[in-house]
Amino acid sequence: MNHTNPPDPSNPLTATDWSQIAASPEFQALVAAKRRFIIPATIFFVLYYFALPIMVGYFPRLMEMTVIGHVNLAYLFALSQFFMAWILAYLYVRKSARFDAMAAEIVASQNVTVSPR
Amino acid sequence: MTITLMMFLAFVLVTLGVTYWAAGKSKGSSAYFTAGRSITGWQNGLAVAGDYMSAASFLGITGMIAAFGYDGFMYSVGWLVAYLTVLLIVAEPLRNAGKYTMADVLAYRLKARPVRAMAALSTLTVSTFYMVAQMVGAGALVSLLMPGIPFNIAVVSVGLIMIIYVVFGGMLATTWVQIIKAVLLMSGTIFLSILVMRHFGFSFANFFNAIATVTYTDPTTGTEVVKNFLQPGLKFKPPYGALDLISLGMALLFGTAGLPHILVRFYTVPDAKTARVSVVWAMIIIGLFYILTTFLGFGAATILGKDFIAGHGGTNMSAPLLAQALGGEIFFAFISAVAFATILAVVAGLTISASTSFAHDFYTNVLHHGRPQAPGREVKVARITSFAVGGLSMGIAIILTEKANVAFLVGLAFAVAASANLPAIVFSLFWRRFNTTGAVAGMATGLTSSIILILISPAFMGKSAIFPLDNPGILSIPLGLLGSVIGTLLSREPSAEAKFDELIVRANTGLGAEKATPH
Repeated sequence: MNHTNPPDPSNPLTATDWSQIAASPEFQALVAAKRRFIIPATIFFVLYYFALPIMVGYFPRLMEMTVIGHVNLAYLFALSQFFMAWILAYLYVRKSARFDAMAAEIVASQNVTVSPR
Repeated sequence: MTITLMMFLAFVLVTLGVTYWAAGKSKGSSAYFTAGRSITGWQNGLAVAGDYMSAASFLGITGMIAAFGYDGFMYSVGWLVAYLTVLLIVAEPLRNAGKYTMADVLAYRLKARPVRAMAALSTLTVSTFYMVAQMVGAGALVSLLMPGIPFNIAVVSVGLIMIIYVVFGGMLATTWVQIIKAVLLMSGTIFLSILVMRHFGFSFANFFNAIATVTYTDPTTGTEVVKNFLQPGLKFKPPYGALDLISLGMALLFGTAGLPHILVRFYTVPDAKTARVSVVWAMIIIGLFYILTTFLGFGAATILGKDFIAGHGGTNMSAPLLAQALGGEIFFAFISAVAFATILAVVAGLTISASTSFAHDFYTNVLHHGRPQAPGREVKVARITSFAVGGLSMGIAIILTEKANVAFLVGLAFAVAASANLPAIVFSLFWRRFNTTGAVAGMATGLTSSIILILISPAFMGKSAIFPLDNPGILSIPLGLLGSVIGTLLSREPSAEAKFDELIVRANTGLGAEKATPH
């Protein structure tokens, strides 16, 4: 390890060390893997969510169309948001097992105890 | 009435017992502020749900749907989907890189004093808005249940019980009060929903037929009207209704991840993985609850009717009135006690997050430049702050009286959180160039613009309003973002950019994160 500053006992890693971890292929792979899931997922749920007030606000006649009995499109679309949220959360939790494993490997490879600050 | 009082007292006694037990364990800052980071995933999930499903949800949304039908249900949707922002973007990095408050993440690579001072100010503002809504709900509930007890006395007693939880029991007691409340609220809501369906012979066709033909007296003309309550637009009317709806949606979706009392909950668990598990537990419970507001709200609209509710304590009382009509006096007493419990638990959560922020961010890090304080000092300051915050919100609630719809008041708290807090949190985690000027400018613009827009909105100025929307989010959130970006670009802070690597490594891997302490 390249100690440019005198080591602090609670934080044995210097700024250079942190930057080395950040630049390491393992860490880059972790961040890339997370982004591949989180960015599209976030764009999706934001669009899906705002489609509801936009449709309800600007196309109320269309949304009042009844589907089953008196149940209209507006209510079904609102209800579908709950299932969208649950499904996306489930997919994220399933994916994140791999993120946890990648993160654990990076922490183990450091072989130092870093105190919180 | 006596049954209600007994059930309420039973809840208070049990929770005070929990507080007594927790007080023995809450020694030291970490134990007091974060319950020793030893809360498990499902416990924290229930506590997040208990912290979140406030009087605004239970009393406010039921009332909103009872009065405006479908448009009220729009609140329910936003309140759950918002947890995706918490789950995907905020919860884990916050747990990995912070210690006690939201500002820990902001101050990580920025200049601590200005950033923490600003964050403490916005935390106190959001908490106060939110707390006043709860107090108003408490007062309204009491004036319905016990006409002999004035609004002011009701507000003061709720305030005092809440202060006892927080001052003596700290985060551990607050967490258990929230868990007990979440279980009570869910059981009450499920049972009430079953009673609504029994009223309609367990037939969805009958239920939705009734919703499609709700009859009430139009208050302006005095004539009887029949409306389809599943039809959008009963509350959000042209010309600005659609924009108001989008504006509300923005505040809900981006505000939750900036609510200080929700964010501090992620410091009570041992690690980021548990934080994630707890968000998922919370999403299951919260989602189920908000779907059930269909039965509570539309049930109140069809079984009781708008006219009856208006004559018996107003929209905020729809849920207890529905319980009375369907389940008799004992169930009415139970639901009223649940509403009390709901208010107490949320108010306790708000108080502990506000006082933690004041003690940790303002007292220790701004006034004393982050120098280590004598043992117990920070906790003592937090306890004193609890009294001050409790007193302040009691005072405001007494001034406001029981007029405003509580869901609306809480909507405004979300707007402030979304405009002031979330841009700063996201930029500090994802934008290397982000700096102190950006954080302070962004939080200041977000906070002031949302408050000014609220003051010049129809809610405050009526017909002569300068800003046409009730919900400021659509303008104040972009202003908060713009403030952060312009502030950042106007100055450079090499030290902040240099620490970005350390922050993202900690945030993404949990290297060096705060550990749980046994207690």
